Amino acid sequence: MSTLHDLIVIGGGINGATTALFAARGGMDVVVVDRGPLCREASGVNAGTLTMQMTRVALIPYALRAHQMWATAREWLGHDVGVVVCDGLSLAFTEQEAELLTFRAGKRREAGAPITLITGQQALQIEPGLSDKALLAGHCRVDGYANAYLTGLAFRTALLDAGVTLMENNPATDIQQTSSGFEVVTNQGPVRAKRVVIAGGVWIEEMMGWLGIDLPIKTLVNQLAVTERIPTAMRTVVGIANGLLSLKQYHHGTVVIGGGWQGVGSRDGGACSLLPERLVGNIRLACHAIPALKNARLARAWTGFEAETRDALPAVGPIPGITNAYVIGSIHSGYTSGPYLAKLLADQILGREPDLPLFPIDRLLTPEPHAQG
Amino acid sequence: MSRSSPHDFDVLVLGGGPAGMVSAITASQHGLSVGLIDEQAEAGGQIWRAPWAASSGKDASPEVRDGHKMRETLARSNVSCLFGRRIWSVTDQYRVEVLGADGVETYQAPHLIVALGAHERVIPFPGWTLPGVMGLAAATIMLKAHGLAPPKDWVLAGVGPLLAAVAAGYARKGHPPKAIIDLSGPSDWLATLPSLASRPGLFKQGVGWVVSILSSRIPIYFRHAIRRAEGQDRIAACVIGPVDQDGHRVAGPELSLDCDALMIGNGLVPGGEVPRLLGANQVYQHELGGWIPDCDRYGRTSLKHLYAIGDGAGIRGGAVACSAGQLAGLAVAHDAGFIDAASFARQSVQPLTENQKLAAFSAAMAHMIRLRPAQVASISPEAVICRCEDVTRQDLVCAAKAGARDVNQLKHFTRCGMGPCQGRMCGDIAAEILAQEHQVSRQAVGYWTARPPLRPISLQSMLGRFEYSDIPIPKPAPL
Ligand SMILES: Cc1cc2nc3c(=O)[nH]c(=O)nc-3n(C[C@H](O)[C@H](O)[C@H](O)COP(=O)(O)OP(=O)(O)OC[C@H]3O[C@@H](n4cnc5c(N)ncnc54)[C@H](O)[C@@H]3O)c2cc1C
Repeated sequence: MSTLHDLIVIGGGINGATTALFAARGGMDVVVVDRGPLCREASGVNAGTLTMQMTRVALIPYALRAHQMWATAREWLGHDVGVVVCDGLSLAFTEQEAELLTFRAGKRREAGAPITLITGQQALQIEPGLSDKALLAGHCRVDGYANAYLTGLAFRTALLDAGVTLMENNPATDIQQTSSGFEVVTNQGPVRAKRVVIAGGVWIEEMMGWLGIDLPIKTLVNQLAVTERIPTAMRTVVGIANGLLSLKQYHHGTVVIGGGWQGVGSRDGGACSLLPERLVGNIRLACHAIPALKNARLARAWTGFEAETRDALPAVGPIPGITNAYVIGSIHSGYTSGPYLAKLLADQILGREPDLPLFPIDRLLTPEPHAQG
Repeated sequence: MSRSSPHDFDVLVLGGGPAGMVSAITASQHGLSVGLIDEQAEAGGQIWRAPWAASSGKDASPEVRDGHKMRETLARSNVSCLFGRRIWSVTDQYRVEVLGADGVETYQAPHLIVALGAHERVIPFPGWTLPGVMGLAAATIMLKAHGLAPPKDWVLAGVGPLLAAVAAGYARKGHPPKAIIDLSGPSDWLATLPSLASRPGLFKQGVGWVVSILSSRIPIYFRHAIRRAEGQDRIAACVIGPVDQDGHRVAGPELSLDCDALMIGNGLVPGGEVPRLLGANQVYQHELGGWIPDCDRYGRTSLKHLYAIGDGAGIRGGAVACSAGQLAGLAVAHDAGFIDAASFARQSVQPLTENQKLAAFSAAMAHMIRLRPAQVASISPEAVICRCEDVTRQDLVCAAKAGARDVNQLKHFTRCGMGPCQGRMCGDIAAEILAQEHQVSRQAVGYWTARPPLRPISLQSMLGRFEYSDIPIPKPAPL
């Protein structure tokens, strides 16, 4: 008979990997099963922005704590994920955007994000690379970015050091409930554990289905682009009021251009692709904000899947009706906030009282209160 | 961005080398409207590259003559030639984004033939990134298109028929290399003779090369390879050493050759990015140069109405590319309903037979330029593998030890392949290093995910003219 682990985590993205790490450090015998290598989906291909100005208001308290974790990643993760803490600017180019920015920055400030509104001229002093066309900017000192593609390397080392069993390149296909807990069916055979965490990114809908639970998850197909190395063009994280732009220049000189412009594709193995006209739209916006980018060449563009629940708030907590089963995912700006929420979930699994409340999914399992919104 | 209506043509052909040209002409002869896209100003591709100024007919090589002939046929055909256009994106339903003199354009067709050729395989050694070290492809472009003379003291190194062709070409123009460093030995060359029986023309050409090389008294170092290049700001010397037939370093004296230039060619890697980008099934075929789209004999990939031919679908050379072009042209005509099954079958006989006749020769040549695992095993730890991102062999080995098991993970761990060339230069070698490190097959370490742009393009050129209010900014994310 195979070992009975204390915990099995299905999905080794930022959410699954962090949950596993803290559970193992809390004394549990943990196994992580991933279909591919660790952090090669959303958590390895995202834009790495660690910003309050794109975070949902309800998540601000979590994001602030998570930002602190990222800033000290060396201490608890042991590996540099290229985190840079810097100022962030969210721009408004039109009156309408200025109005939106004022409202949104206000709400986020109420939730604790230290955002102040400054004029375009003041913004230019903070970020000389900026165009002079901005009317207003939200300025936040708690901002920054990570090098998302290093996430897998960092967590791999940390998890192994914490004694976690890694089963990479090993898709799970089903979960059976047994008298001792759960038996997860994987390509490499059944894996048994007393507790299970479902952390499969956009694939949690399918995984919840294995437990007979219907949790609809919308799939966003986010496009991203990166330039070749260019001379320093900017030193802050730059976005726009409605959230559809994110820009930052890495120390090696490349500039990542994102903001959540949508490509096409399906999470069910179908090919996914960029829509060239949206790439062009995203790049126009980028060059409008930081004119020096015009001189750069596009090196690469790609897409990644992001999960969204019907209320666009996280699914983090115990799975109703099934003892010792948990889910974590669908966290908006989830690379930023994921580690903190995962740490809270690990606390709950370890029987400790989480410092902040989780986002239990009970609300998502009842029929939708009102039409799509 | 000018957006033409969907379906500008019945078929789009990407790449104007022999495979692309012939397939375009064939499809057009059967009544399909065809758009042929190439980055160059003229068709011809690498082997039939159009000379800068019309070279005099008499000393023109057979390739130059064939190229001219095919360009004339193309000019008389109904094919719409969309040259001087850099292809940067190919997406679903065969939508192709290009960058031309007038900016970004889009073309779309229900059928797509990809004939984008191969790129050079670079087997790194310390110093290969010094100015003055260049690939044979670049050397042939200089020779064919520009008629440029190399620096005075230049050395030619590598493996395969291109070595002889380049040496002879420059020797005839009065610029013989100072030395030829050939991984092959005379026995390897002799072994290709039987396969040449089917190709009297090539046999004659080969003899011509040998005569030129011998009469210029160029020293040839068989079973040798470059160990390193030396120099401060540019190459001043190269050091060579003996190897066995697999490329293993063997005992024997090293020799330093002073030179101002080193031209080096170690075979070709199929450029399969477009089929990969579209999600066509891939297979690893070592003798055909590496990962290629899985195709039938007509070039049909696993994706409906997507065809891949020429060296991008497996290194087989120019002659095979022509018959492959004919077959794909016919297949498209058939699949699009322009010819019936009987006519398709009838007309395919000749190119299929031709391909069969060429098979032995093309296999012998491909075998000669195959990647020898020992060549990679011999790369020293400090040698830069990915020049865009300055990643050494040692860095890759460390990443493998840290748990990278597939090439895309290797890319994340090291940035290898993240630069402007997108792994075209280093990809094959980095994958081989990873496979050797884990002692697994090349299949097991996978292939590099293809990403747009297919070639780097400036943001400026993508922008076009626009007002801020024209940018179709999607609706705000939820608060
Ligand atoms: C392009 C893009 C840009 C983004 N930019 C930002 C940003 O700048 N800032 C920010 O804060 N957030 C950003 N996000 C959001 C963020 O990346 C995600 O919220 C976060 O990474 C989600 O982590 P996850 O662990 O839930 O999912 P994932 O990282 O997707 O992990 C899920 C894992 O489950 C595995 N899996 C799936 N099926 C199975 C199976 N059957 N068996 C076993 N394993 C399975 C997958 O292989 C994968 O490793 C971005 C997202 C995308 C896509």
